[in-house]
Amino acid sequence: MSAHAHPTVKTFVTVWAALLVLTALTVFAATLELGPFNAIVALVIATVKALLVLLFFMELRYSTALTKVAVVAAVFFFFLLAGLSLSDYLTRGWSSYINPFH
Amino acid sequence: MHPTMASTRGLKLPDSETAVHNLKHHFADLEQQKATSTFGMWLFLVTEIMFFGGMFASYLIYRLSYYNAWVAGSQTMEIKLGAINTAVLICSSLTMVMAVHSAKLGKRKLTAIFLLLTLLLGLTFLGVKAVEYHGHWVHHEVPGANFHFEHEGNYDPRQVSIFFSLYFAMTGMHALHMIIGAGLLTWLLIANARRRFSPEYNSPVEMVGLYWHFVDLVWIYLFPLLYLISHHHNG
Repeated sequence: MSAHAHPTVKTFVTVWAALLVLTALTVFAATLELGPFNAIVALVIATVKALLVLLFFMELRYSTALTKVAVVAAVFFFFLLAGLSLSDYLTRGWSSYINPFH
Repeated sequence: MHPTMASTRGLKLPDSETAVHNLKHHFADLEQQKATSTFGMWLFLVTEIMFFGGMFASYLIYRLSYYNAWVAGSQTMEIKLGAINTAVLICSSLTMVMAVHSAKLGKRKLTAIFLLLTLLLGLTFLGVKAVEYHGHWVHHEVPGANFHFEHEGNYDPRQVSIFFSLYFAMTGMHALHMIIGAGLLTWLLIANARRRFSPEYNSPVEMVGLYWHFVDLVWIYLFPLLYLISHHHNG
């Protein structure tokens, strides 16, 4: 169709297999006692899976720079949303020392 | 209106004709039309990321505030069913990508087979989800008048009710997206049977593909957050 690089059926099947292996891995990791690292391991695996879907199934790897900027902006604004909200909720206790009514 | 439009409606069109037939008058050529569709679809998906992002942020804040209740609520989830559904969605993403690939090559029958497989896998996901929802209903875990949660642990049961509210909001919105996706796939199957797509024009298949993978993407994060990360913790 066009001269641009395009993923092949082999790429799709490889990505699919990798996604299934990563799913099995994250379920296995959940059975281990890792303390706070249970959440970190699960989210890292989820992010690797998300990147595989974005780059190959959604063909972001082969998309225009404009499309890539839009996606990166969305991720940035999500972190802004979560980060600034958490910086409020997690530090509310800190303000007690300037509370004039305390 | 394009002159061939009225005369060729419902008739089998050669590929080049299908392309001309589908070029809207405000685009210079098919390439520009396709680039516009693709970027428009991604912009829509960006708004979807922010839509689900709000719920993910709420989930995060409440999990840190009501940690013990979150662990207790999360441990009622059936990891096996969640894992099966994750695999089902991943398989449906493969069949979707194969449908797009087949449509680009102009293989109409193969496109139909892969679209149908994607639809069936999507319906399988919804079926498993319905089984899970039924379990929550039977165990009085649906927030509201019938909510009843009595497990050992250092938390207020009302906090677990908030966990389940977010669980149903997030998986419910996800399921609604799946139902809309199933509708879109049915529409594609009909259009494909009517020979609407060709190697030159197949944007609708590709755009629904992007949507379908996005819905998969949301589940890729929902599964560990709702089912897995609290599996081993004590409430």
